[in-house]
Amino acid sequence: MSVASAAPAIATPERAPYRRPLTLAVYRWELRKLLSQVRTYLGPALLTLLIVVFVVFESLDRQHGHRDNIFAAQITQSGLATPVLMLLFMSGFFLPVVAALVAGDIFANEDGNGTLKTILTRSVDRGQVFAAKTMAAFTYATVVVLFTATVATLAGIGSWGFHSVRTFSDTVVSGPEALLLVLGINLAYLIPLFAIASIGLMLSAATRNSAGAVVGTIGLVILLFIVAQIPGLEGIQPYLLTEQLQNWQGLLRTPTDWAPIAHSAWVCALYGVPALAAGYLVLLRRDVAGG
Amino acid sequence: MSDEAPPVKARGLVKRYKDVLAVDHIDLNVGDGDVYGFLGPNGAGKTTTLRMALGLIAPTEGSVELFGRDPMREGARALQGVAGFVEAPRFYPYLTARRNLELLAALDGNGASARIEEVLAAVELTPRARHKVGGYSHGMRQRLGIAAALLRRPRLLVLDEPATGLDPAGMRDMRELIHGLAGEGITVLLSSHQLPEVQELCDRVAIVESGRVVYEGALADLRRQGGAGYRLHSTDDRRALEVARTQAGIERASLDEHGVAFQALERDVGELSLALAAAGVGTLSLTPELATLEDLFFRLTEGQGEPDLAGGGAPRDGGSRADAVGAGIRGLAETAGELHGEGR
Repeated sequence: MSVASAAPAIATPERAPYRRPLTLAVYRWELRKLLSQVRTYLGPALLTLLIVVFVVFESLDRQHGHRDNIFAAQITQSGLATPVLMLLFMSGFFLPVVAALVAGDIFANEDGNGTLKTILTRSVDRGQVFAAKTMAAFTYATVVVLFTATVATLAGIGSWGFHSVRTFSDTVVSGPEALLLVLGINLAYLIPLFAIASIGLMLSAATRNSAGAVVGTIGLVILLFIVAQIPGLEGIQPYLLTEQLQNWQGLLRTPTDWAPIAHSAWVCALYGVPALAAGYLVLLRRDVAGG
Repeated sequence: MSDEAPPVKARGLVKRYKDVLAVDHIDLNVGDGDVYGFLGPNGAGKTTTLRMALGLIAPTEGSVELFGRDPMREGARALQGVAGFVEAPRFYPYLTARRNLELLAALDGNGASARIEEVLAAVELTPRARHKVGGYSHGMRQRLGIAAALLRRPRLLVLDEPATGLDPAGMRDMRELIHGLAGEGITVLLSSHQLPEVQELCDRVAIVESGRVVYEGALADLRRQGGAGYRLHSTDDRRALEVARTQAGIERASLDEHGVAFQALERDVGELSLALAAAGVGTLSLTPELATLEDLFFRLTEGQGEPDLAGGGAPRDGGSRADAVGAGIRGLAETAGELHGEGR
């Protein structure tokens, strides 16, 4: 390292006025970091595999018996039933797990690597880092949901065509309208998923342990599922976060039933907003001593 | 940012982890342009102090200001013009060196991204810039840490053990780099275990022991104070020893193969030279001896020798080792002040 001669030219002290970088720049780099890590792709790859296995199995199965679910019953009649069925199948556990894998890891991983101190000794504030990571975790959850919906839609259409479907109200909607509904239900599903991601973010900031934060988030989801099954606790069911994971189905009724989605929005806010606030305060105040 | 404010001013810094007092009322004064050595054994509280200085951890008590701004209150704004690393520099192992620097430059703003190639070249990492940092050796990461710091065009560079893990050539280059940066007027706060490195580079030092500063000041003063002794070579060293032992103010006189060693105040040395002449002993050489930083470091942090220098003091009963060492260095300073006619 023949730095002696080069250093002076580089290191000329400067007294430029302080200009804080935009949070958007931090967010962009959070996305780049996610894109550079193998684990980012594991969840979507697993979900894609599930969809492919499902479609292949259904294509090979010639004995489609009676099915209670209206979309299951018309699986071979329209490819647009596939994304609805896949969301039904994955919304309760698989998608929350994938979202938790990234959200629970996003701060703790930096703590483990010692890189949190690296970025906190640059020109960005802790609040900006928190905001950027939160946006990145939400973006990831959104991309995964829309990606799996796209894969399921393409696989379904490829196997069974682009036809009209019947909704829960037994109303027939055209193919293009059904496609919009598929987009709508996936966007509505993001509401509870963001709340789960928020809990993962909080645990990640607080525990500084990736495994602990991810397992803690998933464990909470499982716990709430169990609570929902306990006799005598039916009264609290509408307020359990896990119950909101199916409220997107209101969009598949005619006329559209917005009530469950509105209910989901405020219930999820009750879980997500305090979690984010707690995570923010923890990051703001805690010592960064790892690494 | 106040132009008059010193690069680092810490007052009464305390960090307590439950029952463990990691940092105990540390005061630091790093002046503009100083190359300031921050020394102490492992666990003395150096890194904790540096973390507080960079706003990574909150002090239990006290405050630290960088160019007049408190990182705990003002966040990133207080770090303007400040760069460096605490413990080992850390990077994203799954990104290349260039990507890591691009990321950090994005977090710095102010045109830092335009300097990436320049700093990579400065630390000779250009050929490896496309490789992932996960495959880098420790020494390469240290160099990348320096490059990342230089991206910010710092006025204050905080380096925690920058030469750790480097081979001899790397250590030499690191010294040259720090020397070059200091030559450009950059203030350097250097925590190091490499005592020769500190002795060569630093003009001021703070020595910490058990979370407390046991010495802070100019390195030259410390060396002078610690080595307030003389060595005499004469035409008859045995006779010279006898004369020295009879002289008032001459202490700890002894004879070895290099001549007569003793400790004395400056005025008593003058008296001794007259007495030697009167006794018919010719003085061939009379030289003051400066202690090395290593001698002083161990004396201060392990308590070796400070009772003598402190004017006959002994390890303090009932006090901590840092108390004893602190008192020792105060005594040492007082003695030295008398010896050299200058106060600290």
